[in-house]
Amino acid sequence: MANKTALYQAHLDASAKIVDFHHWLLPIHYGSQVEEHHHVRQDAGIFDVSHMTVVDVLGPAARDYLRYLVCNDVDKLKSRGKALYTCMLDQHGGILDDLLIYFVDEQNYRVVLNAATREKDLAWMNKIANDFSVGLHERQDLSMLAIQGPKARDKVHTFLTPLQLDAVSTLTPFEFIQADDLFVARTGYTGEDGYEIILPTPQIHEFWAAALSAGIQPCGLGARDTLRLEAGLNLYGQDMTEKNTPLDSGLAWTVTWEPKERLFSGRAALALQRSKGVKQKMVGLVLEGKGVLRHGQKVITASGEMGVITSGTFSPTLGVGIGMARVPDDIGQNCFIEIRGKQHAAKVIKLPFVRHGKKMFE
Amino acid sequence: MSNIPSELRYVKSHEWTSMEEDGVVTVGVTEHAQSLLGDLVFVELPEVGTIVSAGDESGVVESVKAASDIYAPVSGEIIEVNENLSDSPELINSDPYGDGWIFKIQLSEVCEMDNLLTADEYQELVESEE
Repeated sequence: MANKTALYQAHLDASAKIVDFHHWLLPIHYGSQVEEHHHVRQDAGIFDVSHMTVVDVLGPAARDYLRYLVCNDVDKLKSRGKALYTCMLDQHGGILDDLLIYFVDEQNYRVVLNAATREKDLAWMNKIANDFSVGLHERQDLSMLAIQGPKARDKVHTFLTPLQLDAVSTLTPFEFIQADDLFVARTGYTGEDGYEIILPTPQIHEFWAAALSAGIQPCGLGARDTLRLEAGLNLYGQDMTEKNTPLDSGLAWTVTWEPKERLFSGRAALALQRSKGVKQKMVGLVLEGKGVLRHGQKVITASGEMGVITSGTFSPTLGVGIGMARVPDDIGQNCFIEIRGKQHAAKVIKLPFVRHGKKMFE
Repeated sequence: MSNIPSELRYVKSHEWTSMEEDGVVTVGVTEHAQSLLGDLVFVELPEVGTIVSAGDESGVVESVKAASDIYAPVSGEIIEVNENLSDSPELINSDPYGDGWIFKIQLSEVCEMDNLLTADEYQELVESEE
């Protein structure tokens, strides 16, 4: 039996085409995925992301627990109201999930996990929690929206209360604040400015309606995928799985090695991988001719070595086929991609493809 | 409800065909198919002069989300392709039965047209898939 978010009927009312996404019935688009994509790059769009798993980590050992649980270090969060992106690793360094951690206070951190990995993540987090004095509280009473685009914040500000507006107006990227019932974070998954908002489920209808009245375009999972791909942001289960580590997934920057004394799950395995030298890396590929890149297509380097496209699409912003790929680390500037048995030339770039509406490579 | 013109003949794989008196068969994808695919961004056209048999892969249409093969509905020679689709694949979305046509086949076996579905039969197929 598939789950529905509280906005299911509102999506149907907005002409959504619904798909089953990891047992959640969610909009893939509301008419045109490409137009929704452009709305977010040029104006503002809203996504129902209530399928995501919100867990509060509570208790005196919350910080110590998270310092062991994830490879980035929550000690980097020097003041309350800041967020951290990280991976959660198994003992072999394999990525169990990627997540955001919000520092509410020393005994209260909010964690947002992927929906597809919910059961696995919770089992792992509970297992680790046995050794710490913490409680995990899954917040199934909350829903979540992402409002993204260059005009997203301004448009949201038009319908906040004066108190809420005052609270959110000074947020810088990766900061958040609890304003009344709204947990407002200046984070996102599109490469644009905007907010992710967590709120009590009964209030989501009113917020959704206000956003639509403010001229914010409803956007589905289709646009969410092309936006994050252009922004060079990994999708768990596609660009990385338990078979990958942060070091071969373009996420070495999320591994905090210092201080050396900090033990975290997967540390020994990662250190070993690093000492042997990481032979693969994530890059962006831009198809030279016409066509579309897809997950699983073979990448062939100038020296004949192989890589693979982990996420591919047609970039609505750039008008070309693009892909993220895991390739040999000496790939160089150019390569070939095998599409339906034929080799097509592609350019290798450093991710991302697009940020804040602008092309990010030559 | 999909638009399924009664004067055309159809294939299970969601192509439409229209035959002229000279045995030239125009082929495209149905409105139902284009709506399932979503915004089209790339069309791989067959080469003019290719001899195809009914059921052969004869092109690919790709949307942002998926690639879909186009099959030759009948046997014959590809005599013309819609070059406009190279720069404007979205014509298939906006006008699937008109400017969004994909290729033309000079039919080799007229009787093959009898194997195709009528509009009513195709309508039933679409409804059964929904």
